[in-house]
Amino acid sequence: MSLSATTAPPSPAAPPPSRDVSSRRRRGRLLNRLDVKYSPYLYIAPFFLIFGTFGLYPMVRTAWMSLHDWDMIGDHSFIGFDNYTRLMSDEYFWNALVNTFGIFALSTIPQLLLALFLANLLNRTLLRAKTFFRMAIFMPNVVSVAAVAIVFGMLFQREFGLFNWLLSFVGVDPVDWDGQRWSSWFAISSMVNWRWTGYNTLILLAGMQAIPKDLYEAAAIDGASPWRQFWQITLPMLKPTFIFVVILSTIGGMQLFTEPLLFGNGNIIGGNQREFQTLAMYMYEMGIVNLNTAGYGAAVAWAIFMIIVVVSLFNFLLVRRSAK
Amino acid sequence: MRLTTRRTRLAVAALAAITAVSGLTACGKDDDKPAAGEKPAKLVVDTFGEMGYDELVKQYEKDTGIKVELRKTAQLGDYRPKLVRYLATGKGAADVTALEEGILNEFKPNARNWEDLAPLVADHSKEYLPWKWELGKAPDGRLIGLPTDVGSLAVCYRKDLFEAAGLPTERDQVSALWQDWKGFHDAGLKYKQGSGGKAFIDSITAVSNGVLFQGNGDLFYDKEDNIIADTSPAVKNAWDTATSMVDISAKASTWSPEWSGGFKQGTFAATFCPSWMLGIVSDNSGPANKGKWDVASVPGGGGNWGGSWLAVPAQSKYPKEAAKLAEYLTNAKSQVEAFKAKGPLPTNLEALKDPAFLGYTNEYFSNAPTGKIFGESVAKIQPIHLGPKHQAVKENALEPALRAFENGQADKAKAWEQFTKDAKTQGAF
Repeated sequence: MSLSATTAPPSPAAPPPSRDVSSRRRRGRLLNRLDVKYSPYLYIAPFFLIFGTFGLYPMVRTAWMSLHDWDMIGDHSFIGFDNYTRLMSDEYFWNALVNTFGIFALSTIPQLLLALFLANLLNRTLLRAKTFFRMAIFMPNVVSVAAVAIVFGMLFQREFGLFNWLLSFVGVDPVDWDGQRWSSWFAISSMVNWRWTGYNTLILLAGMQAIPKDLYEAAAIDGASPWRQFWQITLPMLKPTFIFVVILSTIGGMQLFTEPLLFGNGNIIGGNQREFQTLAMYMYEMGIVNLNTAGYGAAVAWAIFMIIVVVSLFNFLLVRRSAK
Repeated sequence: MRLTTRRTRLAVAALAAITAVSGLTACGKDDDKPAAGEKPAKLVVDTFGEMGYDELVKQYEKDTGIKVELRKTAQLGDYRPKLVRYLATGKGAADVTALEEGILNEFKPNARNWEDLAPLVADHSKEYLPWKWELGKAPDGRLIGLPTDVGSLAVCYRKDLFEAAGLPTERDQVSALWQDWKGFHDAGLKYKQGSGGKAFIDSITAVSNGVLFQGNGDLFYDKEDNIIADTSPAVKNAWDTATSMVDISAKASTWSPEWSGGFKQGTFAATFCPSWMLGIVSDNSGPANKGKWDVASVPGGGGNWGGSWLAVPAQSKYPKEAAKLAEYLTNAKSQVEAFKAKGPLPTNLEALKDPAFLGYTNEYFSNAPTGKIFGESVAKIQPIHLGPKHQAVKENALEPALRAFENGQADKAKAWEQFTKDAKTQGAF
């Protein structure tokens, strides 16, 4: 755009305008118009091309695979929507769905509430060493997820785990953390909460900082308490940021994989009776671990995609309505 | 006129953008196949667990001037998905790839992914345990793998804990304690009593492995590869023996943190040791427990848990040299060296007779004559037909069900039901 200003054709001066010059000028104008109209597309093209290669193509390919009986290292044959019909009556798929939602609820709800609380604290003008606290709260997110899972796996061990040791002081019998649904869900969501609370806090904090200060000043003059300011100003103004955070958490929660996998010592079925096998793990089991059911795994992948879309939409509507 | 220029320019711009991006993706193309006869600068070897190749590979580099990169993966569970990815995408596989028995069976139906080694190496068919050599062949006749080791079974036990519980500690006396599995259970109960209620073995899945691989008939598949997991007497026998031992088990499933920590802490006093397990036991127990472990024979005669082959993926750029390297790593001398380094038991008949092997004593395990102990049990191994998805049925159907029973999540009947149901889905192929 600025290009057009600097490379504008020189004003025709001394030589009388010949046909050649006028055609050149016309071409210049044309270039100009093309530049203004189309170069923005060129500038954003790399993203779309890369997205097409690494995002869209795999999705289309997965959809194509899901219509086949596909052996990972062998043959495949077209079977239409058989994989999807099979999915509907697959007990383990529904089991994984329940687990995923269970862990998702246990991790997302407390996590967002805590993040909101922490962000509000960090937003106080009176707080000293603000930058330190803001950085510190983000630290867990920098730690690799595998390390987190391994450390938490140790903490939740039956024999030598820290939590069972602590429980023994209050007279509680050691808990077999990976033996029941509730305890394994609790252990896994504690990892997720530990890792992502700070991350969400920072995003919410950024949203809070964008709220004009004079609103609070005016409210304070009118005699509104901090609590009331939080409900009447912060929350409503934070709505777009909150929606964003909710959607992000939804996507992350539905794709939960590493934490439950490492919690179960790397066993893909997630517990002796699949107590904590998530959808992503089930997809991996069917698509990668079992060589000959890769097509079915692809169908699971698409099912997860559709579920994320539906849940995100649902959450979006829920948050938009409740925080109006 | 104007319209055409606009279109051409747009097309040119678009084309430029596309070439720019395709330039990014084109670098993975496979157009750098070496000329025939060219010596490779580097060969890659993929192994899992501990195969004892470090020194051998160094020697090979010295002898041939070909650099060898040894990529080790600790657990088979991490190793397999990587390998599957290499095969599915046609890229990334090592030139020489170690295949464990279960994996090998899984790959046999699609044998085209592997080089036929028969034309690439000399004829060694008479030099190895015959059944082991035969198992390296695919149904279409191609020789996929050269035999590396067998998982001949023994029992590793803690002398100091045995002594404290009032059990004999000398290895022949210990072996005499358990002529059969009943005797093993009794010894366990005695240990439990003498030690104040401590667990005897690591887990009942370890027991089931021990019984399964003694090979009394077909396991999950019959000879025609039909799944028979729910009716197979051999599986039922392993199930019943394993579940009967729940009262002497530490409930520490193999490879879990409870399990690897348990070696140091002494939460169990005995575990089943295929010879490749010796290195893992000593690594987990640490130098502090050196000399406290010993090796006795397994109840009910020999057995074969695991064991591997070396194969060359069809995608290797240097199949010939890779086959030569595999040949070198599996020859009699190398197998003895690997055994001394990390414990994988030779499959080469000459290596099995080698005095250096037979006379070898393992310092960590109280100088147990492991060469003699394992060498003798090799002769007792019965070849077992495992079938294509043996590993999946064992790991994702049988063992979870056993653990569910062991941890009290399901009673015996419920757990068996869980197993037979899962065996059908896991075993389908």
